[in-house]
Amino acid sequence: MSFSTALAHHFLPETILALGVLALILIGAWRGTRAFGLVNELAAGLLGLAILALFFGQTSEASLFEGAFVDDAFARFVKVLTLVGSLVTVLMSRDYLQRAKLGNFEFPVLVVLSTIGMLLLVSADNLIALYLGIELMSLALYVAAAFDRDDARASEAGLKYFVLGALSSGMLLYGASLLYGFSGTISFDGIAKAITGAPPLGVIFGLVFVLAGLAFKMSAAPFHMWTPDVYEGAPTPVTAFFASAPKMAAVAITTRIVFTAFPGIVGQWQQIVIFLAIASMLLGSFAAIGQTSIKRLMAYSSIGHMGFALVGLAAGNEAGVRGVAIYLAIYLVMTLGAFAAILQMRVEGRPVEKISDLSGLSRNNGTAAFFLAMLMFSLAGVPPLAGFFAKYYVLLAAVDAGLYPLAIIGVLASAISAFYYLRVVKVIYFDEPAPAFDQSPLSLRAVLAVSTVFLLGFWLYPAPVVEAATAAAKSLF
Amino acid sequence: MAVAFFYLFSAVLIASAFAVIVSRNPVHSVLYLILAFVNGAGLFLLAGAEFLAMILVVVYVGAVAVLFLFVVMMLDVDFAELRQGFSKHLPVGAAVGAVVLGELGLVALGWQSAPGAKEAAAAPIVAGVSNTAALGQVLYTKYFLFFQASALVLLTAMIGAIVLTLHHRPGVKRQKIEEQNARTRDNVIEIKKVPSRAGV
Repeated sequence: MSFSTALAHHFLPETILALGVLALILIGAWRGTRAFGLVNELAAGLLGLAILALFFGQTSEASLFEGAFVDDAFARFVKVLTLVGSLVTVLMSRDYLQRAKLGNFEFPVLVVLSTIGMLLLVSADNLIALYLGIELMSLALYVAAAFDRDDARASEAGLKYFVLGALSSGMLLYGASLLYGFSGTISFDGIAKAITGAPPLGVIFGLVFVLAGLAFKMSAAPFHMWTPDVYEGAPTPVTAFFASAPKMAAVAITTRIVFTAFPGIVGQWQQIVIFLAIASMLLGSFAAIGQTSIKRLMAYSSIGHMGFALVGLAAGNEAGVRGVAIYLAIYLVMTLGAFAAILQMRVEGRPVEKISDLSGLSRNNGTAAFFLAMLMFSLAGVPPLAGFFAKYYVLLAAVDAGLYPLAIIGVLASAISAFYYLRVVKVIYFDEPAPAFDQSPLSLRAVLAVSTVFLLGFWLYPAPVVEAATAAAKSLF
Repeated sequence: MAVAFFYLFSAVLIASAFAVIVSRNPVHSVLYLILAFVNGAGLFLLAGAEFLAMILVVVYVGAVAVLFLFVVMMLDVDFAELRQGFSKHLPVGAAVGAVVLGELGLVALGWQSAPGAKEAAAAPIVAGVSNTAALGQVLYTKYFLFFQASALVLLTAMIGAIVLTLHHRPGVKRQKIEEQNARTRDNVIEIKKVPSRAGV
């Protein structure tokens, strides 16, 4: 297969997005402030096209660009999730941004640019590709966080995210330079081949720094400090984006790097991942209890969920990776659904974000209340909703790998976190009604309904997700 | 000779890097930063990477540092206020820093590379091809993806800067040359008949 056909088959989604985003910028620059609606629709179209390209594209494995880019089942699985996260964000953001007078065409452009970064990251097969993917993804996210530049909280969120993000990039680069210094190569395979026997201190140091940098991107404790403030300060559609697509890419590249670059020293990175998982799960459960803002609650919830995803990674085998892949898929649906509900919280034209604003929702809007309650049950991991199966697969993998303490802590953390999810349900169903929410746009109601149906129906027909995740996990080993 | 220059550049580099963070006046910090960049460029020259050395001088000294200087001088930042709480956080920060420094020392002392790492890392330089040409040969071929991805990163930075800073203010008066040239006596001067003794 020649290079250009390989490119056309395995690099198609990235090509579509990269060329498309340039066209979007031109359209935006040409039409000025009126371009938002059009550019938003076209961006959604591009992301949709990229998803189709993945679905109907190649099923073979390929390595492109001298081993910088790998296209395998794992990459394709996570790419679909990432693209779905970005697509739904673009669809959900339109109404909010226009009402907040933030309807600038740059927002969908930034989302698409960030998504290109995520796709490169998911497929990265050496250290430079990893770094460039992370930077492309993050730079667009920093700007998106501060998109509401006249709002002090949003500016603070953007600045905080930027400064801490730059710090984490520095740590990642330092770790990468140590790994390169040890092995003399940037490719993950080469690093794996260079590590034979007991690893010297320099390799372990590099590994720790790289994992710390990646843990920051997925906001796993103890690298989570920025998360609640940024999630609360950023405009809500941006928060929805932060909680969905970038997490997929960050968890995926962490999974890829530990299994392709460090397969010989599982014991070394397993300790780190176990620590990150336990810290994230416990922090996600305890710190969320006292929150009054639903956006902060979701921030801590996402930290906790990343902890559970890492439980699967800690298992260190194929079943664990399958658990991570399934977890990511179900987490994505739950998060997008929850943010579709949060974006609907609008009283007399103004967005509200307190948990108490949801009070008595069941009497004002029974359907939305039911959907949101189901989402909360699923986030808490109540069977037979999909959230339960997500946790089931990762905990099962941990138990099979003999990590009993980790699995037990996971179950306990899940039980504790159920408290605050169920409190939201209690507020919705049993408290005195607060002022009713405005009629919300069709896109938000559709996302909420579709995600809830997915979560309710998962146990009836889990095969598509589970089979795809199994194939994805297989391709890494 | 080269060794002497190596120690000269290294010593000045470390000293000026230290001076960047301890200077009280931020303008001095930027000037020390420039000194650090120039010495870094000297180290690159010694290592035989003349292209990187020139890029460092042109881009970092010529553009980035000068821009820093402008920013520092234009922004009215009260650095004394920023330093408040410094002594409060100093013990924890110093402790963490000391631990990391100690660990780094252990790594540096016990450093060992994988066998064959040095040969793998040494870039093959084709005889008769200059450093710059060798870079050009791989940059657009082997590292094509990185080149394009970096271009997208820069594009994102550009869009970000515009999004965050560009304000469209209504009612700003701008000079429009073509309008000025199109002015004639007839369409800009209006003759009013003022009745006498009525005042204006």
